[in-house]
Amino acid sequence: MTAPLLRLSGVTAYYGAIQALKGVDLEVHQGEIVTLIGANGAGKSTLMMTICGTPRARDGRIEYDGTDITRLPTHEIMRRGLAQAPEGRRIFPRMSVQENLLMGAHGRTGPHAAASAEEVFALFPRLKERLEQRGGTLSGGEQQMLAIGRALMSRPRLLLLDEPSLGLAPLVVRQIFGAIRDLNRATGLTVLLVEQNAYQALRLANRGYVLVNGAITMAGGGAELLARPEIRAAYLEGGH
Amino acid sequence: MTAGAPALRTALRDAALSALVAFGLFVALIGLKLVPTDQGMTLQTRPWALAAIVVAVFVGRLALLGWRAWRPPGTAAPGRIAEGLTHAGRLVGPVFLLAALTLPLYGGRYMIDVGILVLTYVMLGWGLNIVVGLAGLLDLGYVAFYAVGAYSYALMAATFHLGFWTALPIAGLLAACWGVMLGFPVLRLRGDYLAIVTLAFGEIIRVVLINWTTLTGGPNGISDIPRPTLFGLRFVGSGDPDTFASFFHLEYSVTQRFVFLYYVILALALLTNWVSLRLRRLPLGRAWEALREDEIACRALGINVTITKLTAFAMGALFGGLAGAFFATRQGFVSPESFTFIESALVLSIVVLGGLGSQLGVALAALVMIGGSELFRDFDEYRMLIFGLALVIMMVLRPRGLIAGRTPSVALGKRREIAAELVAQGRG
Ligand SMILES: Nc1ncnc2c1ncn2[C@@H]1O[C@H](COP(=O)(O)OP(=O)(O)OP(=O)(O)O)[C@@H](O)[C@H]1O
Ligand SMILES: [Mg+2]
Repeated sequence: MTAPLLRLSGVTAYYGAIQALKGVDLEVHQGEIVTLIGANGAGKSTLMMTICGTPRARDGRIEYDGTDITRLPTHEIMRRGLAQAPEGRRIFPRMSVQENLLMGAHGRTGPHAAASAEEVFALFPRLKERLEQRGGTLSGGEQQMLAIGRALMSRPRLLLLDEPSLGLAPLVVRQIFGAIRDLNRATGLTVLLVEQNAYQALRLANRGYVLVNGAITMAGGGAELLARPEIRAAYLEGGH
Repeated sequence: MTAGAPALRTALRDAALSALVAFGLFVALIGLKLVPTDQGMTLQTRPWALAAIVVAVFVGRLALLGWRAWRPPGTAAPGRIAEGLTHAGRLVGPVFLLAALTLPLYGGRYMIDVGILVLTYVMLGWGLNIVVGLAGLLDLGYVAFYAVGAYSYALMAATFHLGFWTALPIAGLLAACWGVMLGFPVLRLRGDYLAIVTLAFGEIIRVVLINWTTLTGGPNGISDIPRPTLFGLRFVGSGDPDTFASFFHLEYSVTQRFVFLYYVILALALLTNWVSLRLRRLPLGRAWEALREDEIACRALGINVTITKLTAFAMGALFGGLAGAFFATRQGFVSPESFTFIESALVLSIVVLGGLGSQLGVALAALVMIGGSELFRDFDEYRMLIFGLALVIMMVLRPRGLIAGRTPSVALGKRREIAAELVAQGRG
C-alpha cells in the first residue's frame, strides 16, 4: 500500500487542562472517503481543527503527503492542499456569495478563481443564482453548500468536512452527500467527513472510525461498521 | 375609528411620561442657573425655559407617535432613506468632493478653518474605519496614534529642524510601529477585552506625554513647531524671496496659509480614502473584512490571522499618525490636553454613526458632527447636549449608521444585478 495522504499517530490535544484528544491514530489514503463518527463532545471537531493546527497537537505527529505538519502555522498547513468546511458552516454573513467563495481561493482572483468557481457552481447550481446575495441571508442548506464550495475554491487534495448535515432537511442532506460522492468519483478528491448522521455517512464512506471520549475505539470498512451490533446500538438506534 | 380613543389615551400617557422624564433631566440643567453677582453667586430659576422644553418634548412625542400610527403600512421610512442614501452615494460622493475641492473659492477664512478641522476628523474617521469598520477590531485608544504622530512631528521639526514633508511620513511610520506594538499583545483579544486594552493604551500614551517632561515638555507641551512650507516657500509676510507671496508676486495674506493647509489635509484625507478603497479590493482588505465576520473561518481558510490583524492596526495607526503630524503643524503647538479619551470617542462615534465600513458615511458623519458642533459654538453650554441628543436620535432612526449598506468589493467576472433587493434585505 502507498503512504497515506494524511496520517495521525498518537495525537493528543488539550483545552487548558482538559484533554480533548487522547492519542488518536488515523489514516486517510488518497482518493478515499473516510468518516469519523462519535457522540456529542467526543472530540470530532477538535480532531479536525487539530489537523489544521488550532488547537495544536501536544504530543504525536500529523503527516500530510509525507511531510510532518504538526508544528506548522495554520495558514501554512492550509496552503498545502487541505481545506476545511468547519462545523456550523461559519460563512461570512455580511459578505456576498462570491466574496465568500473568493475568501476560499487563497487570495487568488481572476481567471484561476473563476474557473474554480465554475466547478463549484457545477456542483451546487443554487449558488450561481445567488452570487450577489449576502451569505447571512442564505438558507441553512445553501449556507452549507457555500461552506463546502468555499473550501473547494482552493482546489484541495484533502477536504475536511465537519457535520455538513447539521440542521438540514433529509432531502438536502442527500443532495449534499450526493455532491460529495460525485466530487470524489469525478476528481478523486479525498474526504475526511465528520458526521452525526452515522447511517448515511457510513454508507457513503470507504472506511470509518469511531471516536469515544477523545480516543478511537473502532475502525473498519463503512459497510462492516454498519453491520456491527454495537454501532447499531450506539449510533443508529432510532432508525433511518 | 373605534380603536381611536384607547390609542389616543396610551399615546397621551406615553407623551406625559416622556415629558416627566424630560422634566427630571432638565430641572437642574435648564431650570436653574448660577449667576455671578457682586456678592458672589446667586441661583436663578428659569421656569419658562424649563416649561418650554417639557412642552416641546410632550408635543414632539405625541407627534412622533401620531406619525407612526398614521404612516401607511409598508413605507418603513428608515429603510427607504437607507436605500436612497446607498444609491445616491454614487452621486453624493463626487458632489461633495467637488464642493471640498473648490471650498477656498467660495468660502471665507472661517469656513476654510472649519473645513480644515472637519477634514482632519474625516481623515481620522477613515483611518479608524480600517481598524473598526473593516477589520472589526474595536479600538478605543485611537487618539494614541494621533498623539504619537503629533509629538513625533513636533519633536522632529522643533528639535531636528526637519521639514514638514520629510517629517510627515516619518511621523506616520512611527505611529504605524506603535500600531504594531499595540497589536502584538492584543492579538488574542476580541470585543470588550480588546476595547479595554486599547482604551488603556490611549491613556498610557497620554500619561507618558504628561510625565516625560524632559522630552515632551510635560503639560506645557511643545511650542514653536515650524509651519509647513510649499517646496521651501514659507507662508509669512516678511517679503523675503523665499516666501510664497513674494515668489508668486502676490499680496501677502494670512488666508494663503489657511488655503495651503486646507489642501494639504484634503490631499491627506483623500490619500487615506484611496488607500482604504484600494486595499478593500486586495486580498488583504478582504481578509480584514473576513476577520471581522468570523475569525475561526479565517483560520480554516488558511488566512494568516496574525498578519491580518497587525496590518489593520498598522494601517489605522499610520493614518492617525499622519493626521496627528498635520494637527501639530497646523496648531504650531501640541500638548497632552489635545489627546484625551474624548478625541477617541469622537472619532469612534464618527465611524459608528457613518455606518461601519462606509467611506461616504464616515465623511458625512464627520461633517455633521464636527461642522455641526462648530455651528453651535455660540450655544456653548448646550453644545454637548445637542450633540448627545443628535447621537440618540441618529441611533434610533438609523441604528446601523448613516450608510449601513455594504457593496461587495470583488466579483467573479461580470457583476449581475438580479439580486439587488436580496442584498438590501440583509441584516448584517
Ligand atoms: N474552545 C474550547 N475550550 C474548552 N473546551 C472545549 C473547546 N472546544 C471544545 N471543547 C471541549 O472539548 C470536547 C470535545 O469537543 P468537540 O467540539 O471536539 O466535540 P464534537 O465531537 O465535535 O461534538 P459535537 O458532535 O457535539 O460537535 C468537549 O468536551 C468540549 O466541551
Ligand atoms: Mg463537533
